[in-house]
Formats: sequence, structure tokens, C-alpha cells
Amino acid sequence: MAKVDFAVPELKEYPEIPALKMDAMAHSSPFKSKPEFQGPLGFPGELVENWQQQAIAKMGDLLGKYRSLRVYLDACVKCGACTDKCHYYLGTHDPKNMPVARQDLMRKVYRRYFTLAGRLFPQLVGAQDLTEDVLSDWYSYYHQCSQCRRCSVFCPYGIDTAEISMAAREIMDSIGVGQKYCNEIIAKVYRIGNNLGLPGPALIDTLEGLEEDVYDDTGVQVRYPIDKAGVDILLVTPSADFFAEPHVDGLIGYGKVFHEAGVSWTFSSYASEAANFGMFIGSYDNMRRLSQRIREAAIKLGVKRIVFGECGHAWRVAYNFLNTLAGPWDFLDPRYPVPQHICEFTHELIQQGKLNLDKSQNDDKVLTFHDSCNVARASRMGNYPGGQFDIPRAIIRATCNHFYDMDEETIRDRTFCCGGGGGLLTDDLMELRVKGALPRMEALNNVMREKGVTHMAAICAICKSQFTKVLPYYGMNMDQIVSVHQLVSNAIVLTPRDDDQDDDDDSDD
Amino acid sequence: MSFISSVFAYLYYFATLVLVVGLLNKIVQYARTPAPLKIPTTPAPITRTGVTLRMLREVVFFESLFRGNKWTWLFGWIFHFGLFLVTLRHLRYILEPVPVVITMIQPFGIYGGIAMVVGLAGLWARRFLVDRVQYITARSDHLILGLIVTIGLTGLFMRFFMHTDIMQVKAFYQGLYHFEFHLLPADPVLLIHLLLVAALLIIFPYSKLLHAPGLFFSPTRNQVDNARDQRHLAPWARRLEQQP
Ligand code: HEM
Ligand code: HEM
Ligand code: SF4
Ligand code: SF4
Repeated sequence: MAKVDFAVPELKEYPEIPALKMDAMAHSSPFKSKPEFQGPLGFPGELVENWQQQAIAKMGDLLGKYRSLRVYLDACVKCGACTDKCHYYLGTHDPKNMPVARQDLMRKVYRRYFTLAGRLFPQLVGAQDLTEDVLSDWYSYYHQCSQCRRCSVFCPYGIDTAEISMAAREIMDSIGVGQKYCNEIIAKVYRIGNNLGLPGPALIDTLEGLEEDVYDDTGVQVRYPIDKAGVDILLVTPSADFFAEPHVDGLIGYGKVFHEAGVSWTFSSYASEAANFGMFIGSYDNMRRLSQRIREAAIKLGVKRIVFGECGHAWRVAYNFLNTLAGPWDFLDPRYPVPQHICEFTHELIQQGKLNLDKSQNDDKVLTFHDSCNVARASRMGNYPGGQFDIPRAIIRATCNHFYDMDEETIRDRTFCCGGGGGLLTDDLMELRVKGALPRMEALNNVMREKGVTHMAAICAICKSQFTKVLPYYGMNMDQIVSVHQLVSNAIVLTPRDDDQDDDDDSDD
Repeated sequence: MSFISSVFAYLYYFATLVLVVGLLNKIVQYARTPAPLKIPTTPAPITRTGVTLRMLREVVFFESLFRGNKWTWLFGWIFHFGLFLVTLRHLRYILEPVPVVITMIQPFGIYGGIAMVVGLAGLWARRFLVDRVQYITARSDHLILGLIVTIGLTGLFMRFFMHTDIMQVKAFYQGLYHFEFHLLPADPVLLIHLLLVAALLIIFPYSKLLHAPGLFFSPTRNQVDNARDQRHLAPWARRLEQQP
């Protein structure tokens, strides 16, 4: 267990709404970006001289471009329904982590510069100039929002604090105040092709290794192709899937599913990243640039379909934004939605009875499922609303004998964020991540005690990394978090092909 | 024509103008501002009809708030439903002839008035009793509550204790349509009621009361979940596509 210089919250049987603790997290803020990470994204390297003026101008620009921002800054009635909905408030007790208070950090500036009431009577309506202190609050607290949208579910007007956090980060980037973690990663994708900075040869190496491992394990030659032109499917997956545990076990599962489906497929080294951190920093331009890589890869490889691997916010961008940012997809096979989620793909095969699954292979586990926020509240799977809840569960039930859901209040569209989403999955925010995981840890702890659950499955690279890191703080085991396709991988009974023997030869050299 | 009555006459022209122009201005602004990305809070309807129903449930039942906080929902819904009945009942002052429906609901309107004040009292109490709500409350939030509560109380006071000459009130408003100034009853409670109502109309387009039109423009609630089937592109984003 890592060294802890903060108190890890205690897990309670019944969740509690904590009393306010002023400025409890005022000290939390991530490392600032450096000029070399800012430049490639089109942002100034450091704080510009007339930053105040420029920030207000940028805010005006965004108010004209985003209806969400415009309406949400006006409409809040301070009803308080969202105040106890944010995992960061529940875990840190800092009032500025209540969604409405987080919005108010921007709303007070909006009122001051853009509304009559705020210009005339700032005191009365809580309007405030954009001072250095306000900017520092912005940097701190807009990096304590994982953009999980839980608050928007309960708000009578659907006010989505994520929209406001994104706008705030975009404004800060535009005056040279960027966050290191996100911006460094985006620059890395532009340079190398993925968040982890794995160059093509390293990917090829890894995938060859996996092919050997799977062959040794199963005696069946499952292929993990990369940059193979003329195949049916381009698989885009978060780069963590290429090597980190438990992600890679999921990736092995994708390959086995494709093998059983008998389709041809490939990764792309150019578009070797499903994650799109452009969303976290609210930058339409960067999100678009990152998405365009997938389009370019699809055209170059001449594929007919695009499928996304397990990743939460990547699926949000893919499902909801990809058509906007990188479409139209008229050159792909019109019989399939673009893009598809790997869970949709696998689920369809299960329904058609095309997968031979041996559930007993997962009998060492009792499972529960963590709905990732971006899949649950910001996208869909299948052809009816709520398919994103049913399809992964159906896959788990088809691959395991023991499955129990966590408390209804903490799953489906009311699910709690893992605590590491929205560009916060960085070690400089460890305290925030541990505390923000509290509501999920409580719900997990309860099913572990009541139902004997041993493992929690997820379909998001960030959730998996976050839990791997955070579970030990709560006295649990880091490998209690598993990929959904890891379960598929365990249960699937592979069909040997005639060419298994020949393939074995060339994979050995 | 008394001095006070003409002040009120001009005040109401002014207040109506501010309300109508201010609100139209805001609505046009909301309508013109594009929503560049699909951001419905899911699970969301996949058809237009579904979205209309979702919106209807939000407006009529405050569905999301119901899931969010039962007490706020209860008081908030009582208040708004009361307000709705009171507004219908009040239409008799400004409509001639008075539609049959409006005549029929008159008795309910009174309960509406009481409900309104009760609901507001509950909402106001939350602002003192719940530390989280207290923290997010600005002075303007208290003022708006005070304003509407006082309007309600003065109205109920007239209804139950100090009747005013309703026909004369009606004549005053009917006169305004033709730029004819009639006398208002010289009733202090009525004058306070009317003064505060004018204030409410004036602040409406400049305050959080914009939540009423705002709800209809909220992208998380009014978008259809069909991003994969239909390409959604804002005009400013289309311009990006035309650049090399
Ligand atoms: C489409 C019509 C409307 C809808 C759907 C709507 C909905 C809501 C909802 C859901 C709330 C939050 C819960 C609550 O505090 O009650 C609220 C608050 C409020 N509404 Fe409305 N409303 C509408 C019209 C109006 C109008 C016309 C007024 C004018 C007087 C008004 C005045 C208020 C006030 C003052 C509050 C805040 C109460 C507080 O401070 O706690 N609403 N509204
Ligand atoms: C042009 C605007 C208005 C006029 C001329 C007006 C006039 C009056 C009058 C004359 C009464 C007494 C009724 C009686 O004695 O039977 C009354 C009652 C009342 N008014 Fe108003 N009022 C106006 C706007 C409003 C508004 C906007 C509200 C709410 C926000 C409101 C709330 C009430 C309530 C709650 C009562 C008591 C219950 C009732 O009689 O319906 N009034 N109003
Ligand atoms: S989006 Fe999520 S993290 Fe951000 S304020 Fe809302 S509930 Fe909290
Ligand atoms: S639930 Fe919505 S309207 Fe209510 S305080 Fe929160 S953001 Fe404001």
C-alpha cells in the first residue's frame, strides 16, 4: 500500500451525506502544463499578459458557441437537488465540490461580465470579478470534477456540470493555464499515436507475444493483427489494453471473439488510441483532430466497420461525437452502426448462439458490475434506451455463474464515478482519487459482505486503472477489478482451425 | 384620474414591455446558440415524440427533481401547481369575456394561492435548515422568495380579510388595452400586491426565473439520442470542415 498523507475515508454500511467542511480540498490541484505540451495543442505556453481580458473574451466566445453553457449559467435556481450527488463532495466534504457550487465558480464571473443584474448589483446576485484568486479556485476545483454527469441526472433542468468544467478548462488553456496530465497526453497522441506513447514496433511486438501466449494457453492460433489493410473491422481500443493488467486480458478476449466470429480485423498503429482527451479539456478542435486520425486510418486500411474496445469516455466520444467530428461514414458498410461497441458485437454473437461459452471457467469469481459513467449517462449500446446497462450484464451472465448487482442507487444511470475520470487519473491527484472513490467502494464493500462478491467487472480503461490503484487504500485487493472481455476470454471455448498447425510454425520464428 | 393610478398604469406598460422584450430576447438568444455536440443525459428517448414526452414529464411532474430530492420536489411542485392555478384564476382580470374554464376553476384558484405560499415556505425553510442549500443561497434567492411570498400573502389577505373592488381592478386593466386610464381602488394591500407583481415581471428576464424558458432549451433534456444515425453539425463546426 502506498504512503498516505491524508486520511482514507471510512467505509460505512449506509451512505451518509456529510456536513460541509470549508476548503477541505483547496490545496488539491494538478501539476500545470509546460510550454512544450501547450504548443502542439494550439495553446499559449504560459499565462498570457492580459489574461483577464482574454479569459472573458474566450468566455464570450464559448457562450455564443455552446447553448449548454449559455442556458446552464442562467437557469440554475439553487434548488440544491444536486448538492449531495457528486462523489467528490461525498468523499471530501468540501462545499465547492457540490455541483452547483462548482458551477457557481464560473457563474459568478458570468454574472459580473455578461448579465445586467451582475453588472448593476454584484453583491446581491453573488457576482464577482475574475481575480487571481478566482482563477486559482477554477484551476483547483474544475480539476476536481470528473465530468461524470451524475449531477445532471437529478437536476430539474438537466444542468450538466461537466459542460461547465469543460468550458472552464478550455478558457484556462486559452490563457496558458493548462493541466500537465491531459495536455502532455494529447501531444503524445499527435506525435506517436496513443496516450501511452507506444510506437508501432512496440505494438507489433506486444501483439506477437500475445498470439504466442494464447496459443500456449489454448492450442488455438488466435490472431492479433495490426495495420492489416483490406480487412472487415478496424478495432480502436484504449492503449492501456495493450499491456496493463487487467486491460490486456480484455484485449485477449476481443481477439478470441473475432476469431470465433470468423471476421477479419485489425488494429491501427496510427489510430492506436480510443481515448480522446480532447473532451476532458473541452477543446472541440483537439477532440476533432484526435478523431480524424480514426477516419484516416479507416480510409487507409479500407475497412468496412469500426468497433471500439472497452473504454468509457472513448465510447462517449465514439457513440455521440464521432459522426459529428469525423463523419460522415458513408464509405463504410451501411448495415452496421458506426461505430460499434465491442460489447454490442459480442452480445450479438451470444444471442445468435455463435459463441461456445463455458461459464464454469469463471467459477472462482462472484461478480458485480460497475457502470462506467460515460457509458451509462452519456451514450448507449444496442437499439433501445438503456441497452448500455443490459448488454454488458447480459455478457457477464452468459460467461459467469455468479453475478450480483450493487445497490440500485449506485448503478445504471445513478452509477458513481470511479473517482479517476475526466482527466484526473494522475498521481498528483491521488488524495482526490481515493476520496472520490468512496461511494463506489462503499457499495462494493456492501455486496462483498452481503453476497460474497469477489470481483468487479468494468468496461472502461480509466475505471480499471483507477480501481487497481485505489482498491488497496480501502483494504481490498488490486486484482479484484476485471475486464468484461476478460470474463469472455476465460469462458470462451475456441474452435480450432485447419491452419492452426501451419500458423504455429511461422509464429515461432 | 388619481396620481397613483397613473403611476401604476405607466408602471404596467413598462413592466410588460420589459418582460416581453427581455424574454423574447433571451429565447431568441437560446434558440440561436447552437448545441454543437449530442449530449443528452442517457438513457434518453430515441425519437422526437419520446423527447416531447420526456420534456412534458419534466415540466408537469418535475421528474428529475423527484429522483433527486423528495422534499424539494414536494414543496417545489406544490408551489408551482399553486402558482399555475392562481395564474389561471387571475386571467379573469385581463380577459373579457372570461372563458368558461376560467370561471369554473375560480374556487380552486384560492386553494392554489394557499398551496403556493405553503410550498414557498417549505422551500425557504430549506435555505436556512439544510447547510448545503444555505451555502449555495445568494441574497437574491431570498429576495425572490420574499417577493413571491409577499405577493401571495397580500393576495390571500385581500381574498379573506380586506376585499377589494375586483370589478374596478378589472376596469383598470381593460382600460390599459385602449390607453384609457381608469382608477384603481385606493387599497394599500392591493397596491402593494400590484407593485410587487410589476417588480416580478421586470426581474423575470434578468434572474434565475429564466429557468422556465431555459428548461426547454436544455440540450441534455431536449436532444434525441440518435447520434449514430444522423450526423449532427453546428454551423460554426461546419466551417471547420471547409478549411483544408
Ligand atoms: C415551465 C414552467 C416552469 C417550470 C417547469 C419550473 C420548474 C421549477 C423547478 C423544477 C424548480 C426547482 C424546485 C423548486 O425549488 O421548486 C423551480 C424553482 C423555482 N421556480 Fe419555477 N418553474 C416554472 C415556472 C416558474 C415561474 C413562471 C415562476 C415565476 C414566479 C417560477 C418561480 C420559481 C422560483 C422562485 C423557484 C425557486 C424556489 C426556491 O428558491 O427554492 N417558476 N421551478
Ligand atoms: C396583473 C396582475 C395581478 C392583479 C391585477 C392581481 C390582482 C389580485 C386581486 C384583485 C386579488 C384578490 C382576489 C379576491 O379578492 O378575490 C388577488 C389575489 C391573489 N393574487 Fe393577484 N394579481 C396579479 C398578479 C398576481 C401574481 C403574478 C401572483 C403570483 C405570483 C398573484 C397571487 C395572488 C394570490 C395568491 C391571491 C390570493 C388567491 C386568489 O385570490 O387567487 N397575483 N390578486
Ligand atoms: S459531473 Fe460528476 S464530478 Fe462533476 S460535479 Fe457533476 S457529479 Fe461531480
Ligand atoms: S439541481 Fe440544477 S437547478 Fe438545482 S441547484 Fe443543482 S444545478 Fe442548480
